[in-house]
Amino acid sequence: MSSILDRTPSIKSFFFDVGTHFRHIAGQHMVVRLTDPDGYSVMRSYSIASAPAGDGIIELAIERLADGEVSHFFHDVVEVGDAIELRGPLGGHFIWSAEKPGTSLLIGGGSGVVPLISMARQRRTGSAGEPMGLLLSARSKDDAPFFDELVEMDAGTPGFSFTATFTREPPVRAADFDRRLDEDMIRVVLGRLGQPPDCTFICGSNRFVNAAADSVLAAGIPAETVRTERYGG
Amino acid sequence: MVTRGFVGKKPGGGPKDPTERIPPGQHLVNDFPVLTAGPTPRIATVDWAFTLKVGPQPVKKWTWQEFNALPMTKVVRDIHCVTTWSKLDTQWEGVMVDDILADAGIEPPTDFVLAHSFDGYSTNVPVADMVGGKAMVALKFGGQPLATDHGGPARLLVPHLYFWKSAKWVNGLQFTQKDEPGFWELRGYHIYGDPWLEQRYTSD
Repeated sequence: MSSILDRTPSIKSFFFDVGTHFRHIAGQHMVVRLTDPDGYSVMRSYSIASAPAGDGIIELAIERLADGEVSHFFHDVVEVGDAIELRGPLGGHFIWSAEKPGTSLLIGGGSGVVPLISMARQRRTGSAGEPMGLLLSARSKDDAPFFDELVEMDAGTPGFSFTATFTREPPVRAADFDRRLDEDMIRVVLGRLGQPPDCTFICGSNRFVNAAADSVLAAGIPAETVRTERYGG
Repeated sequence: MVTRGFVGKKPGGGPKDPTERIPPGQHLVNDFPVLTAGPTPRIATVDWAFTLKVGPQPVKKWTWQEFNALPMTKVVRDIHCVTTWSKLDTQWEGVMVDDILADAGIEPPTDFVLAHSFDGYSTNVPVADMVGGKAMVALKFGGQPLATDHGGPARLLVPHLYFWKSAKWVNGLQFTQKDEPGFWELRGYHIYGDPWLEQRYTSD
């Protein structure tokens, strides 16, 4: 563990030194295994927030869950310098390929934005110019991980558009929303994208993913182009 | 490797039995998490159909009504998801694969089955793991019609393998000559998926 950063009151980023041979694809996850002195061990999957970079450092953003045996350990116990057992990268479906990206629509609910920020960061570092739109739903600005970074990317990255919606407070930018995600909001985001997406990625809780997927399909996006990842499993 | 400062919430305290029913690397949950690779398909029972195939050849097709007229069996099983949750004593009701084959009047012609779903999902299971009372097409969970989120109207139930093998929204079984990898098996997951051997990923 090389460093720890607060992202929101309940989400922290943990940076791991994994060696420069490590390569992943944006959207993939790692399995963390914790073992206590009695040999009891638990495993959880966490999405990688960093873009594939080859610098030997990966970022996992972990949300503190009410009854989270592993997330409490990360938020309360772990310190820089600790050795943590990791396996990965894993996942061959919810992935964004820099070689043939296509036009992409990314929709995240709360910490569901973690694999999506990896995709957005990779698009920014590469030469790929195909449009990408990211819609992030959170309770408030303070609960929206990577908000400032996404606003900056929205302004400074050609072809990238960022839209936020806050369900419990007014938006801070005129272009943002203050309600739960719906079909009209998807249509606005599609308008900002400028052309129909080749692939749509939706990540968040099951309830969020179901609502977002229904809105996306209602807005006319074909089901076979929609990939989902549901947290809480 | 022991993790510095980690103290696990070991189940302890109760009878020893439940922990012995949880495969290595799994933890117990009381809720029923939902994991799906795409949007949740909503299939009305009037549009539902189940097809049994040998290779490309359909052998028999059932409507919802016809399928519900097949012998129903209730089972209570422990289930294990590769994302590391396990759930004990889950109650299912449906049609055993044995009874589907009997109704079609066939014996397994090959050693492998590919299960197919309405959303394009597929997963492979050896015939030996499908017959002999080991697998069913489940229509009810906990005495209620199976919820859409959990694969309703019908899902495959192969409880002794990791739960991605229990295909949601199942609409057919296809006998194949070879063991043909399905959706997740083509995307890094184990070809067989025995939770007691921790066969999670291709290389396990």
